[in-house]
Amino acid sequence: MHGRPRKASKPEEEAASDAKATKLRSLQSQFMANHHDKIYTNEAIELSTKLLEINPEAYTAWNYRKLAVEDRLSRIESDQNLVKSILDEELNVVESALRQNFKSYGAWHHRKWVLSKGHSSIGNELRLLDKFQRLDSRNFHAWNYRRFVVELTNRSEQDELQYTDDMISNNFSNYSAWHNRSVLLSSLLARNADGFIPNKKIPEEYDLIHNAIFTDPDDQSGWFYHLWLLDQTVNVETPLLTSSWPSHGSSIILSGPGYLNGSSSNFTTFCSESDSFPLILYFDQAVGGVSSSTVTIDAELKGNEDLVWEPVSNKNSQISCVWVARLKYFSSKPCEYKVKVRLGNSPGIVSSRGCTFSAPYEFVFTAHVHEIVKDSQEGTVSWTDGFDIWDAQSKDLNPLVILDQLNAEMDVKWREAAILEEVKCFRLLSDSKIGKLSLARLLMAYEAMISDAAVKGIHYEEILQLYNDLMALDSSHYQYYKDAHSLVFLHKVTSSTESLSRHLFRYRDVNNLVCLRLNNLSLSRIASVEKLLFIQMLDLSHNELHSTEGLEAMQLLSCLNLSHNRIRSFSALDSLRHLKQLRVLDVSHNHIGKHSVDTTRYLCASPLSNSEWIQDDVGRQKPGMGTKYWDAYFVLRDLNLKQFNIAGNIIAGDDEFNSFVLQVVPTLVWLDGQKLGS
Amino acid sequence: MSDLPPYPPLDPCNYDLIVVGTGVSESVLAAAASSSGSSVLHLDPNPFYGSHFASLSLPDLTSFLHSNSVSPPPPLPPPPSPPGHDLLSVDLVSRSLYSSVEISSFESEILEEHSRRFNVDLCGPRVVFCADESINLMLKSGSNNYVEFKSIDASFVGDSSGELRSVPDSRAAIFKDKSLTLLEKNQLMKFFKLVQQHLAESDDTTLKISEEDMETPFVDFLAKMRLPPKIKSIILYAIAMLDYDQDNIETYRGLLKTKEGLDQLALYIKSMGRFSNALGALIYPIYGQGELPQAFCRRAAVKGSIYVLRMPITAVLLDKASELTLDCCRLETGGYKGVRLASGQEIFSQKLILDPCITVGLESMSSLTDQQKETLQVFVPKAMSSKDKVARAICIIKGSVKTDVSNALIIYPPKSLFPEQLTAIRVLQLGSGLAVCPADMHVLYLSTLCDNDDQGKEALLSAMSTLIGLPVPENLQSDSVVENDTAEAKPTVLWRALYVQELVKGEFGGTISSAPSPDGNLNYNEIVESAVKLHEQLMGSEELFKEETSPEHTTEEETDGGAEIED
Repeated sequence: MHGRPRKASKPEEEAASDAKATKLRSLQSQFMANHHDKIYTNEAIELSTKLLEINPEAYTAWNYRKLAVEDRLSRIESDQNLVKSILDEELNVVESALRQNFKSYGAWHHRKWVLSKGHSSIGNELRLLDKFQRLDSRNFHAWNYRRFVVELTNRSEQDELQYTDDMISNNFSNYSAWHNRSVLLSSLLARNADGFIPNKKIPEEYDLIHNAIFTDPDDQSGWFYHLWLLDQTVNVETPLLTSSWPSHGSSIILSGPGYLNGSSSNFTTFCSESDSFPLILYFDQAVGGVSSSTVTIDAELKGNEDLVWEPVSNKNSQISCVWVARLKYFSSKPCEYKVKVRLGNSPGIVSSRGCTFSAPYEFVFTAHVHEIVKDSQEGTVSWTDGFDIWDAQSKDLNPLVILDQLNAEMDVKWREAAILEEVKCFRLLSDSKIGKLSLARLLMAYEAMISDAAVKGIHYEEILQLYNDLMALDSSHYQYYKDAHSLVFLHKVTSSTESLSRHLFRYRDVNNLVCLRLNNLSLSRIASVEKLLFIQMLDLSHNELHSTEGLEAMQLLSCLNLSHNRIRSFSALDSLRHLKQLRVLDVSHNHIGKHSVDTTRYLCASPLSNSEWIQDDVGRQKPGMGTKYWDAYFVLRDLNLKQFNIAGNIIAGDDEFNSFVLQVVPTLVWLDGQKLGS
Repeated sequence: MSDLPPYPPLDPCNYDLIVVGTGVSESVLAAAASSSGSSVLHLDPNPFYGSHFASLSLPDLTSFLHSNSVSPPPPLPPPPSPPGHDLLSVDLVSRSLYSSVEISSFESEILEEHSRRFNVDLCGPRVVFCADESINLMLKSGSNNYVEFKSIDASFVGDSSGELRSVPDSRAAIFKDKSLTLLEKNQLMKFFKLVQQHLAESDDTTLKISEEDMETPFVDFLAKMRLPPKIKSIILYAIAMLDYDQDNIETYRGLLKTKEGLDQLALYIKSMGRFSNALGALIYPIYGQGELPQAFCRRAAVKGSIYVLRMPITAVLLDKASELTLDCCRLETGGYKGVRLASGQEIFSQKLILDPCITVGLESMSSLTDQQKETLQVFVPKAMSSKDKVARAICIIKGSVKTDVSNALIIYPPKSLFPEQLTAIRVLQLGSGLAVCPADMHVLYLSTLCDNDDQGKEALLSAMSTLIGLPVPENLQSDSVVENDTAEAKPTVLWRALYVQELVKGEFGGTISSAPSPDGNLNYNEIVESAVKLHEQLMGSEELFKEETSPEHTTEEETDGGAEIED
């Protein structure tokens, strides 16, 4: 069934297919007439049978048959034998349709529908499936239907697992079989079935998949199963809190907008224009249900009883890794608050897979409210000087520690052993691409797992080298390896206080902002953001970034330098919309506007709906802009920028765009180094 | 035999071709000749089809081996030549192909009870590769209609420990294999892929093995591919089915070039996927190998060939005075005229093909003219030249050498059983599913090439002793008990035959040619190859079996069938 080339048809074949088409058309029109007039006579049904035998893809005919069956059943109600014979006839029609086209969605679906009526023999179904699956062991329709039948028959999952064993040993290049195996094992492991203990079963499965991967390293079906196993080894189902800002035991300084005396530079200073500061929770997987009832705040800060928690995510969904709430405080006089945050005491925080955050966790921080000394400056933020070296004593690096504590709660021993065994195994295969890639992934997983400070971090160089090799070896997947390389690099940077502080600075000119400089590192993506929540100023210039995805979690960010990267459109900056504190943005010397989005294939010229656009001030004044700069509008309208650099992009070439920017961002003071209005 | 009534005289008595002996090669030639319109008389001195390729009951096999191993019986007194005969009659003698025949029965009662339920091959162990030329020939000639095949379930590599390891010959087999390490699996599959790429029809020379490598010894090429010894041995002896030790630098006997090695692998690889209902590369005909020559004979009979069994020939008839006449007909035949049957009847033909056992006594050769000697050339050189032999053994055993496996091939590579083992030993176990023996028994065939009888038999006995419990004389039984305690319950032997067969090659000799004896290989490829060559020489460049136009056409002809086949 697979890998057979198509043959060009001969003239006589074409003639035959023309004749078939004519016949089909006449059948089709007769059938449609019957369907329309709701005629369910034997002759009419027979006609639909004929149609389906020729063309099993005729969805309408399947639906018609469902209606016909319902109609006939409604008239004979009680006679079980008659009911059975009507349904059996349906099964026969499906069977002959499947003989015609084994992959007809409609036919399989109809069979499910008949079966779920509950009058047919299910034993037959498994026999039929065995026959079909012998013919084509990789047909996913058959596998799908098999799962459906198995559920109906209460056939044990162990038996089905054995079936995947058999299919895999016949031909291990079978995505469906491996997939079904992972489904069955997940279920068996989850309900602790007899003999299915993760620390025993998972290593056994590793042994099995090794045989496939080593026998044919090019066969991808095995890779996916190995990835699944790795996932089972590394990840726990229940969501965990990875980090927070403020972090446990930290002190922060709160002030209004303006300039402080640089007295207590060991603490992060947060300047707010709205008498509130963000509280950020970062989970290891997307969760929903974060609210004032699932997260409780004990604080001397009044007015925070009904905190509003918002998911920070580009997708418009109610689940996210990052949640933020804004705590109110009174800025009138200097004082000190202690804040205790507790979560996990009452259920409600649930992962997308349906697992509940259950480990109760609490953290405490201190907030100092300071007074402003000077008015805020209107000078530009320079990315070249004004940086002080980081003081290693800061408590802001606490998130790095929290992660390890959470890990310690896992049943880590067998997992670590299994990963080590895998590392050993894949070192043997390191002359192949999948060998290198697997080794890199495994070492990465191992790094995340080990807690022993003496060996932690020692694998990063090797992993980076593996990805370098892969980039050279397999240029068609260059970007994938490049992204992975960036991810590993950022993991390495954030793996210890020591390595991170090499990139940390204080920006003297604006309230000693905490600045992270990751410029000129050929990064192609952003990662490890959970450890960087306290960063207020971020220099990512001279990299190879395509997108700002991930930065949305950095709620404290007020200055961002993305100049000299590979950003191609405003859509790639979408995540910046979540950064309420962002005042300074440099996207100069990117590729924005170079690859214009082709809107001709859209029904509307821009995704901006007319009403939305017309209600806007800018829209009213410059209606044409909506078509031209809709993606810029989407991002910029949510930003309160004071300083914006966009020179060096194709889009920024003309005055039209500049005036558009000024319209959309009225708060702007500096544009491309020019003070506005002067 | 002598009880049977004498044959009526044959009519007609003139043919294009007379073939004596119904071995594979003779039968293929008879079928080919009759299908291209020649008139063919096919004779066999035995009461069964197949000659040295026959499958027989135990008593028949015993008597055949015995009668073909002792010095031939004195020729029958030649019936007096008709008066006025102008032909010279040269008496034929038969030579023995077999030596050191040793047949022992340990459970005569059980065997006698079932004696007719055995179909035991003379030329075993022998199987057919799905992609064999013999299969192509059967399909082409239509003789496949008369034979049914079944798969050989498994193949193993053995050693002196008695352990049998499956031969990882496919992706699925490598995946399932328990004895290879992960790295070995990787290396082996990589090598298979390399071979497949090389064999694939593609012009991309980067995927091909270099010309230079093709000329190096195969064993060196395997070493270059960094294959460990264990895998090298599997590839050489259990997949490429080589006989001689490829690592033996002293002899360099039977050393294979990479090119030839790859051809062998190609045959195996193509066999694996050829028929969807065959499990692996190897198949075996139900009712025994004897079915194969018989199928070609049936095909020949359908095409008009005349068959007479139990009919030896006693003499070839040569032109007495060929120098003196200018008759064109005589010039063409170059001296050969016909044969005299044991019945005394003289039959004439253009050409003659003979069983490898038939020869001319040296004393009768001496009195011939040069041209007559020329006509009889096929009898001259092969008489003494060939020294290659194959030792064969047949064991009827109770039980199986491997639990849950009935039909299996087992290979003992050189040196795997004992250090002096020079050649690979092949063992084939067949069960009742193939209708060769009663249920719960198996027939075990063994063979190995050898220079002399003792060497060959020694090797076979060594393989037997690791596989089956050999019967021991009663006075030694107490010793063997200790040995048996540690070993697993091995199958016991009920009947055993050991014999050494001479390897005789076929030869083209103008009007009189001779067919080859069974060779030492596992399949028929070399035999079929020589038959094709012989056909070419006999018939000019004419193609062997023209493609039948359509299957319907074939069935039609069957019912119209020319001659009836005597069973």
